[in-house]
Formats: sequence, structure tokens, C-alpha cells
Amino acid sequence: MDQDVHAKRTPLYDWHVGHGGRMVEFGGWELPVQYDAGIVAEHLQVRAKAGLFDVSHMGKIMVSGPGAKPLVQWLITNDVDRYGPGQALYSPMCWPSGGVVDDLLVYPLGPEQFLLVVNAANTDKDLDWISQEAQRYDSVAVENITASYAQAALQGPLAASILQRLTDFPLESLGSYEFADGVEVAGISCLVSRTGYTGEDGFEIYLPAGQGEQFWEALVAAAKPGELLPCGLGARDTLRFEARMPLYGQELDDETTPLEAGLGRFVRLDKPAFSGREALQAEKAGGLRKKLAGFRMVDRGIARHGYRVFHDGQPVGIVTSGSFAPSVGQNLGLAYLPPALTELGTTVYVEVRGKPLAAEIIRTPFYRPAPPGLRSQAGITNPYRRSTRHDSQ
Amino acid sequence: MIPNDLRYSREHEWARVEGNRVTVGITDFAQHELGDVVFVELPHPGDEVKAGQPMATVESVKSVSDVFAPVSGKVVAVNDVLVNEPEKVNDAPYSDGWMVVIEMSNPAELGDLLDADAYGKLVEEGGH
Repeated sequence: MDQDVHAKRTPLYDWHVGHGGRMVEFGGWELPVQYDAGIVAEHLQVRAKAGLFDVSHMGKIMVSGPGAKPLVQWLITNDVDRYGPGQALYSPMCWPSGGVVDDLLVYPLGPEQFLLVVNAANTDKDLDWISQEAQRYDSVAVENITASYAQAALQGPLAASILQRLTDFPLESLGSYEFADGVEVAGISCLVSRTGYTGEDGFEIYLPAGQGEQFWEALVAAAKPGELLPCGLGARDTLRFEARMPLYGQELDDETTPLEAGLGRFVRLDKPAFSGREALQAEKAGGLRKKLAGFRMVDRGIARHGYRVFHDGQPVGIVTSGSFAPSVGQNLGLAYLPPALTELGTTVYVEVRGKPLAAEIIRTPFYRPAPPGLRSQAGITNPYRRSTRHDSQ
Repeated sequence: MIPNDLRYSREHEWARVEGNRVTVGITDFAQHELGDVVFVELPHPGDEVKAGQPMATVESVKSVSDVFAPVSGKVVAVNDVLVNEPEKVNDAPYSDGWMVVIEMSNPAELGDLLDADAYGKLVEEGGH
């Protein structure tokens, strides 16, 4: 294990180590990549029942003051004004070039207070950028509050029923991407948000760091046997990948635009001004250079991040993410390709250990959860043959 | 779980010697470190392999790893079952999870492999 000596520990570090968490360094933090159940079992548990993730490493930046809203509106490509109170919004944040600084969640906590939740590895870069741009506005404070909060993600079809056992707050009143602050859960005041990074229903819960372990233990205790597994970064990655949610550093980076990444619906070019607007407008008018597309491996092999993609013998793109997809039972990938090659059914070749292996462009997301009403009768189609073994554990 | 009747490489392959033939797989320690194995690529019967050189690939959800030939020789059998059931490498690393049989060209190379005690010590030290 090559652990960075400076890697930070979340309030749940001791719990992870005491419960078989295999700790790795990620974005400057020590976090479990998996527990004893393993990545596939944890992944399938989230799809079928519920999983609990420590996401305390996510960067939390508070922007407040009379200048807070104009600053946030300048920073993000989405439009705060399109969302009502109690609604969280997802947005890219772009450089003037149109490349992505980061992708983030914005919680409008009040007319002059916005909580930005950003990628751990980008927190310092984001703070620098936001603080620099804040100088354009009067009376705005930018504060890194990451260390003050623990953050848990409870994800999966059983997430709401498990969480409801710990709170009087009616969770059914929260729709997707809605949140409530000051909700008492297990006696702890929390911000409860119906969001996540798995493609399943679920919640992200923010609470004071000092009560992180107490909260986590209460959640684990509230679940009935077999309902909940703690899950690591490995399952978090395969879940978000199947749901085609971008991962910064893979699908997104400083040189890639949100339009290329297929995030156009979060780019409000009708908003009067925001960082990157001119570049994105020009890109939209002139046509995209590359586009993110999903593929399945036709030949035997697994595409991985960074592998080259060929068409007619020419290199045409790069794999951003690739994996065995546990809920689909196939080897799948995402790659940036010239738009003409992203038509469904197109055959491209992924270079795996020097060999070109055939892959077919397919629809994304690779996985969509069944509507809640159908779930109990139909269950989730799970072609992965190991599930029975793990379910019985 | 380190069977006494096998020889081991420092790269966590095991070797079962029967006459001039050696059956090869990866150890329980190796499969545990890898996590869920989801893909195995094996050489073809007739391929020549060289001691210490990659001869197969094992992929878990998160990683891609080479499997090294513990001895030199010719591949005379491969475990095709792993193509569709790679999880056998996790479930039964020393039996159903075997990978190849090599006909040795230089049996003296067996002397470079570890016995169970020495391999056990290597694993206790963290496997490196």
C-alpha cells in the first residue's frame, strides 16, 4: 500500500479499520476501497437493498454574504434561479476556456448562503479559483469547512426505510435532489439530501464531524440483518460508472467541456454571464470535437482508463472508465470519440495489451433502476452469478 | 492457507510438481489481495513460457495483474473453465482455480522456488 504520509483521515477512519476496511489513499484521504464482502457483493447490495458509504472526504466550501449568489451564479454553468428552496443542484464549474474546474453539488441554504460540495482531490484548486473570482464581488466569504463535517451516503432501494427508523422527519416529503437542514437523525442535527452517486435512490447526510461515528453506528444498528453493507470506494466507482455519472479525472478534466461530457442539460447558456459561457457557446455553435460514448466489449477483455480506441486502424479516442459491470454482467466502458463514431451500433476497437479488441457503441446509462413500484415484484435482474453466494453470507 | 505439498514463487504463484509437469495457479494470499476476479486471460497450449516472465493476466474489478511462469517450458494444458467462471480463482485458488500445466524444459529452476514455510514467512512480512 503506497499511502501518502499526508493522507487525511475521516471521522470514521477507526470504524473502517475495525471492520475490515481495506484502506487506500484517494484524493488525499485514507478510505476503504472495500470491506471483506468485496466490491461485487457491495455493489449488488446497493442495487438490491442498501449500502453505506463514508464520503466525508468530499470537499465542503461555504460561500456566504450579500455577494454569495452572484458569485455562485458566475462560477457554475447551471442556474440557481431555476431551483426552488430546498432543492440541491448539480453543476459543472468551468474555466473561461470551457474546460471543467470541477463538478459539484450546490445547496442554497439561504438567500446569502450556499454550500458547495466538491471533489476531494480538487478542493484546494477549487478554493483557489473561487477565492480569486470572489474578488469581483463585494461582501462574500469563502470558507473551507470540509474538516468540520462527516458525510455519509446511504444508497439503495431500502435507504429510505432504514433512515426513517432514526428520524421523525417525513422522508417521503423529500423528492430526488431535495434536501432539508436541521433534521434530527439519531438525535443528531443533520442536513439530509436525497442525492447520491450510485444511480439508486438514497441520501447523503451531513453532520458535525465529532458525531460521525455515533451516527454511523446508529445507522448500522437501525438496519435489519442482511439489509445494509458498508461499502468502499470500489463499489462507489462501479455503481457511478453503470449510472454514467462522471468522475473528475476520468470523464472530466481541465481540458474537457461539459458539452463534450454529455452534461449539456446542466449548462444554461441562456444565463446572462458565467465563467466559460462564451467558449461553450462557440463550441455549441461550431460542433463538438469529441463526445463521451458508452460501449460494450464484444471480444473478451476489459477496457481500462487510458486505453486507446481505434477505428479503421486509426487512433480515435481514449477510454475514460472501463470495468466489469456487476449489475449488467458485461465488460463496459466510456470513451471520448469523434461524434460521428458515437452512433449506436458502431464498432470500434479498444487496444488491450497491444491487441485490438472489438467493442460496440451502446446506449447509456448502462444501468437504470427499476421504478420503485415494480421493484418488489420484479426484483433486479442480476445476471452476475456470484450474487447467491454473497447473499447467503 | 498454504498447502505443504506445493512450491511457491515470490510473485505468489504456486506450482504442483508431478514428474516433468507443473500445474500452476495463484495463491490464496494473491487472490485475497486482488479481490473479486472478473477476467482471466490464459496462454494457448503449445506456447513456450519462460521462468519469471508473464504468461497470463488476471483482472479484478479494480486491477490488472500479470501471472508469471514459475518455470520455463511448454504449456500443455490450460483451465478453460476460468474463461466463463473466473471467480474460481477466488473460490478455490489451489484446486478448481488452477491456470496452466507446463512441461518443464529446465527442472533445475524448481530450486529457485520457495517451500511452504518460506512462502508463509514472505506472506507474513506483507507479501513483498
